[in-house]
Amino acid sequence: MLDLVAAAGDFAFGPGNSFPTVDQDYLLQARQMQAMSFAMHVPLVCFGIAFPSLVIFMEWLGLRTGKAHFLAIARRWSKVMITLFAAGVVTGTLLSFELGMLWPGFMSAFGDVFGLAFGLEGFSFFIEAIFISIYVYSWDRISPRRHILTGIPVIATGITGSMMVIAVNAWMNSPAGFSVDQAGQVVDVKPFEALFANGHLWPQLTHMYLAAYIVVGFLIAGVYAFAWLKGRRGAYFRTALVVPLAVACVAAPAQLLIGDWAARTVAKDQPIKLAAFEGLYETTEGAPETILGWYTPDNTIEYGIQIPKLLSFLAYHDPDATVQGLETVPEDDWPPINVVRMSFQTMVGIGTGLAALAAWFLWIWFRRRRLPETKWFYRAVMVAGPAAVVALIAGWVTTEVGRQPWVVYGVMRTEQAVTGADGVVFGFGALFAVYAVLIVTVFWVLRRIARQPFPEEIAVLETAGEAGEVGSGTR
Amino acid sequence: MELADVPALLILLGIIAYAVLAGADFGAPIWAVTARGQESERLAQAGHRSMAPVWEANHVWLIFVLVICWTAYPEIFGSIFSTLWIPLLLACLGIIMRAVGYVAGGVSINRKVTWLAAAASLLVPFALGAVIGALVAGNVPPGNAAGDVISSWLAPVPIMVGLLLIATSAYLAAVYLAADASRRGEDELADAFGQRALGAGLLAGLLAIAGLVVLYVDARSFFDAMVSTNGHDNELGRICVLASAIAGTATLLLISTRRYAQARILAAVAVAAIVVGWGLAQQPEILPGLTIREAAASNEVIVELLVAVAIGLVLLIPSLYLLYGLVLGGRFDPLAVPEAEGGRPGQELEPAGRTKMALVAASALLGGLMLFTSDSGARLYIGLALFTCGLVCGIVLLARNLVREQ
Repeated sequence: MLDLVAAAGDFAFGPGNSFPTVDQDYLLQARQMQAMSFAMHVPLVCFGIAFPSLVIFMEWLGLRTGKAHFLAIARRWSKVMITLFAAGVVTGTLLSFELGMLWPGFMSAFGDVFGLAFGLEGFSFFIEAIFISIYVYSWDRISPRRHILTGIPVIATGITGSMMVIAVNAWMNSPAGFSVDQAGQVVDVKPFEALFANGHLWPQLTHMYLAAYIVVGFLIAGVYAFAWLKGRRGAYFRTALVVPLAVACVAAPAQLLIGDWAARTVAKDQPIKLAAFEGLYETTEGAPETILGWYTPDNTIEYGIQIPKLLSFLAYHDPDATVQGLETVPEDDWPPINVVRMSFQTMVGIGTGLAALAAWFLWIWFRRRRLPETKWFYRAVMVAGPAAVVALIAGWVTTEVGRQPWVVYGVMRTEQAVTGADGVVFGFGALFAVYAVLIVTVFWVLRRIARQPFPEEIAVLETAGEAGEVGSGTR
Repeated sequence: MELADVPALLILLGIIAYAVLAGADFGAPIWAVTARGQESERLAQAGHRSMAPVWEANHVWLIFVLVICWTAYPEIFGSIFSTLWIPLLLACLGIIMRAVGYVAGGVSINRKVTWLAAAASLLVPFALGAVIGALVAGNVPPGNAAGDVISSWLAPVPIMVGLLLIATSAYLAAVYLAADASRRGEDELADAFGQRALGAGLLAGLLAIAGLVVLYVDARSFFDAMVSTNGHDNELGRICVLASAIAGTATLLLISTRRYAQARILAAVAVAAIVVGWGLAQQPEILPGLTIREAAASNEVIVELLVAVAIGLVLLIPSLYLLYGLVLGGRFDPLAVPEAEGGRPGQELEPAGRTKMALVAASALLGGLMLFTSDSGARLYIGLALFTCGLVCGIVLLARNLVREQ
């Protein structure tokens, strides 16, 4: 690893081995455009990973019991699913364009190292797009048993597709499977080894999957928690509330354990990133964990609350372990400490809160076999969905900004990757406008789907005395 | 033919599929906004109905092209995307706008959204055409934004190719929609699209001829490689160009005799042939001073990529066959009488027994403990497997019990 760093320091990558000097404002614009595109895409990815299994579970319940409300939920959710999938398709396309438009240096030097994963992701995505269409458009057109089977590839490819993208991200954090020769060229490329024999793949992947289930579970449950508060508590609404809630409430506590694993992996391979998470300047034995506060230019944390030895314990499962500090590398090689640290704390804080909410629900269920009665629980579930999205994005900011100034950790700096073309800021503006249109349309469509009338047999069950407002609490 | 050329063939195949299939996505909204009143709405609806189930799959061909390009020829990808970032961003924004049309069309056809989709239908083919035109004109030197970001694509050849692609997309859309309408027995609608197909087809033909003139003036060496025998041995390429012209003309004859199903196939052949003709003429230098072989990744990378593509195609082709079978077989057409939902016989859900619950909890706890206490190696991954298994089963059991007890 170290010799790679030395090689990369002296030689630029890519075509012609010459890169224009990039001014920092301009690099920042490219990074922010990428960040905005990513923040738009990632919540949709969660729906791609987690939502199909919820929809298909509902359909399975319906086929098994013959009860109409399960199938009605599955049907309605499948419309939501394809709407969000469409938005995911195009926001994902933009990301793949941006790889080339914003980071041609990165792509030229390393496209062959990680491209294989995107190839496999492309096929996953292809098959997902095909079967999601078949699933959504073939209700009543093919036999129920076949119909539910067409959902299986959607679940499978939602998982494999995101796995491939995470494999690339894991490789960027823990690069391997290539060498850099004296001329600064990337040689001796072994894509399979780079992508799939990577210690960061599994912790990152598991962490993201659980996040997806938490985000989707709480967002959907939140919609029906709102309906619950409005007094809609028939079989349809109750089912649509409890199933996503069950998913989120199992996944949220589990995320604490997986988060710990992910953090330990960072501690092991990216000590400076960990030091940035924590704002730890001096290499410390038995390092304390500092909660809240602000990292100041004189390398201390103001207004933080210290818990002795906790950081060492969390990072290495040993309260006396030595944690490497930021002082060990030049300031040039630090990520922006406060951005990373705040994001990390936001993620951990929200994650812990969601786990506590889940514990509340599970406790009442196992003790009393009923749902919580207080309105505050349902209000909390309504907040939990958006909060989970915030945690998700904060988590990605933590890992992506935490990797700076490197695009390929320890090998290629982000300023070596960025485009030499001018005018990124105009592209940023145009994209912002188009995304605003996309967001407005998606919300408008979701509202329209929610307001579509129920089939008659459900309507009779659900809405005695509520005519005119049918389904307005659903997505 | 060398190993390094194979991914280029796949890219060409991907471009053909994208042009032939997704090309028609851009075009339908143009016909909707240029018609009047009720007809406009009918055309918009017909367009949405035909395209909505397939547009996402069609669209993935573009991703396929990009991914193969950046894996097999990273330098070419980086050079094209940095110099031509403006038309590429415009294309991508257009694709998003087009998707807005499909998303909104899922609940209702909205005039404003149709206008947005129509704007996208001009923007995307034009921008992608300009990218191809810039390559044709040799305006993209290798390197990080080494070419001029404006004049590389706002030049006669790229503009000409862009206009040609707009006409081609509108033409393909009209031909396909005519065929779909004719299959559904909506003859009046089929003829409405048929007339539009004739008009757009003639326009595309004229633009293609004008394009040749522009090529002759502005990109002589490419012109020679593509159509003349002047010092090039690109026999196959010239056959393709000729084939495209013949197929295009034949399509117009089929349309004017209302044989829309056959016209659909020949129209696609015409487009595919011209794409191949372009690809062959773009040899050996894809960018000025850089050949495909020079830019290719190592053989090991290409072999792994080809293995991945082979596995992918084995899964993809039957899936595509299934989708298009359903669509072209009319299985997604609106049902005359919608079937009633649910109400099928079934059985009650059984409660999950305590033993099952205990097993699941034990698996999750043991797995969690193993995961917590190891950093790597078999114990970690066995722990992860047990933990995951416990979680998944736990969710299913919990959800079942929650749903049952109501």
